[in-house]
Amino acid sequence: MKVSKSPWLMHYDGSSCNGCDIEVLACLTPVYDVERFGVMNTGNPKHADIFLITGGINAQNAPVVKQLYSQMPNPKVVVAVGVCACNGGIFKECYNILGGVDTVLPVDIYVPGCAARPEAIIDGVVRAVALLDEKKKALSQEQVSSKEA
Amino acid sequence: MEGITTIGPGSLVPEALKIHHDGYRLIQICATKVEDEYEITYSFGKDYDMIGLRMRVMPGAEIMSISNIYAPAFLYENEIQDLFGIKVKLMTLDYEGNLYRIEHKKPFQ
Amino acid sequence: MSVRSVVPFGPQHPVLPEPIHLDLVLEDEKVIEAIPSIGFVHRGLEKLVEKKDFQEYVYVAERICGICSFMHGMGYCSAVENIMDVVVPPRANYLRTIWCEMSRIHSHLLWLGLLADAFGFESLFMQSWRMREKILDMFEMSTGGRVIFSVNKVGGVRKDMDKEMLREFLKVFDDIEQELKVLTKTFLEDYAVNSRLRDVGVLTKQQAHELGAVGPFMRSSGIALDNRKLGYAAYPELDFEPITSDVGDCYARCDVRIREIFQSIDLIRQAAAKIPEGELAAAVKGFPQGEHFMRVEQPRGEAIYYVKANGTKFLDRVRVRTPTFANLPGMLETLKGCQLADVPILILTIDPCISCTER
Repeated sequence: MKVSKSPWLMHYDGSSCNGCDIEVLACLTPVYDVERFGVMNTGNPKHADIFLITGGINAQNAPVVKQLYSQMPNPKVVVAVGVCACNGGIFKECYNILGGVDTVLPVDIYVPGCAARPEAIIDGVVRAVALLDEKKKALSQEQVSSKEA
Repeated sequence: MEGITTIGPGSLVPEALKIHHDGYRLIQICATKVEDEYEITYSFGKDYDMIGLRMRVMPGAEIMSISNIYAPAFLYENEIQDLFGIKVKLMTLDYEGNLYRIEHKKPFQ
Repeated sequence: MSVRSVVPFGPQHPVLPEPIHLDLVLEDEKVIEAIPSIGFVHRGLEKLVEKKDFQEYVYVAERICGICSFMHGMGYCSAVENIMDVVVPPRANYLRTIWCEMSRIHSHLLWLGLLADAFGFESLFMQSWRMREKILDMFEMSTGGRVIFSVNKVGGVRKDMDKEMLREFLKVFDDIEQELKVLTKTFLEDYAVNSRLRDVGVLTKQQAHELGAVGPFMRSSGIALDNRKLGYAAYPELDFEPITSDVGDCYARCDVRIREIFQSIDLIRQAAAKIPEGELAAAVKGFPQGEHFMRVEQPRGEAIYYVKANGTKFLDRVRVRTPTFANLPGMLETLKGCQLADVPILILTIDPCISCTER
């Protein structure tokens, strides 16, 4: 709860075609560089505040996504990147796709695009940072009121 | 199709052995549903040359694995077993339908 | 006495941009065996042919993988063109060749960056990706997309590159060539990089053949095979030879890929000099009937598109054998006997593309 000013993000590839994944990575490298907002990429869910998911959800990665989400500390924000993560996209009708990320997790921010453009991803991440602040405030108020009660 | 020899399921292993002996590598194995049967095509390559073996099997039939001749075949054969439900016997590593671990089993059947 | 243990690796791991899971059987720090489980990215897009007609399916084919999306689209279109006896206009063939080689450069630069990241050389990672952005800018200028282009169609291509644009691109490639020479020095001569790559994960020529390896992974073990020599697109009119190395270790794979980038720049220059004027696409009438195996050389190696058509607008079957699928047995072989700390590098040196593999 002390990290809202420099939130770290964790990226997991659901069942995307890779297009959005490399764009997420492109955001983290020179030219686009989200690190200027203090955002860092981490592989450890316990360090992460923002959960960035690309690609749709299938039966096999659903438990993986849920577990990663549950390991992240509160408050946390879920960003679905790309149309596949939003609702299944072009693969919606495939037999092994359950749908978008919101079939298993509460999604806060939807980033459109096939593949999502780096500008759109950065916009999503910046909104996630703002939302994280709001969530943090709400959480501390909750704690205060529960103490008073 | 050009370069593809049609064989019976019984002669798959000896034919594959012969091709292996001639120095071909395994390129791919592919199954296709044709009417009520399955058509399985094995492709082999030597330099830029590509040849193939093709056989037809009935639903419910079992085929022999060539993974003892061509080691990489186990991945293709597991895939066929998973997606088409054609049982492949004596694979070096049998995932028993769990290579892709899909929810709807045998989607291509 | 050594102790045996099983260490799970993946699906979510810092070194892997994509999910794959391996069960590593270890004896102390040494890997004895690696058993893969895949399927995290399996979508079942081969079955979409029942719902999308053969023209629409181009868009699905492109999305098999976002890294080689151009070549997936082209491979599928070429297979259908072969069935329908459509002759692609020469200009379209040259444009396809240029985009193919641009894809190869961006893919290899991406790989170089990920490799640098895997052995902990962060600035090298950033430099490689900075260079890659220049290629993506050119893609955006010529096609409108950065990673997914939708520029292929059955019969040809949708967009053109005019003389002015090609001239601009060649200038950018001159810059890239110069910058890459600087990076090459670090990749191939730096002491720290050498100590991580030399003699790690050797795959012999015999093993590469037996295990059906393809692409740079195979060529770095000494087999000179490159499907571009089969003569699709404009490759028969260009001058090049497959790039190989006889060593077969991780260093050789890095070396081969770097030399392939220089080769691709050369091929683009040749193609830009020879590109003829003319139509962008041939008219396509009717529906395909028949079958065809199309083999193309992707950045990761040989990809095969099998298309079977029945004379209606819906195809019977599309099957794609992607290079990573063929390279998995080779990768598992190189993992045997390696140190646990080298596993990420060994997985990366086949340049795995999991979404290709599982489709």
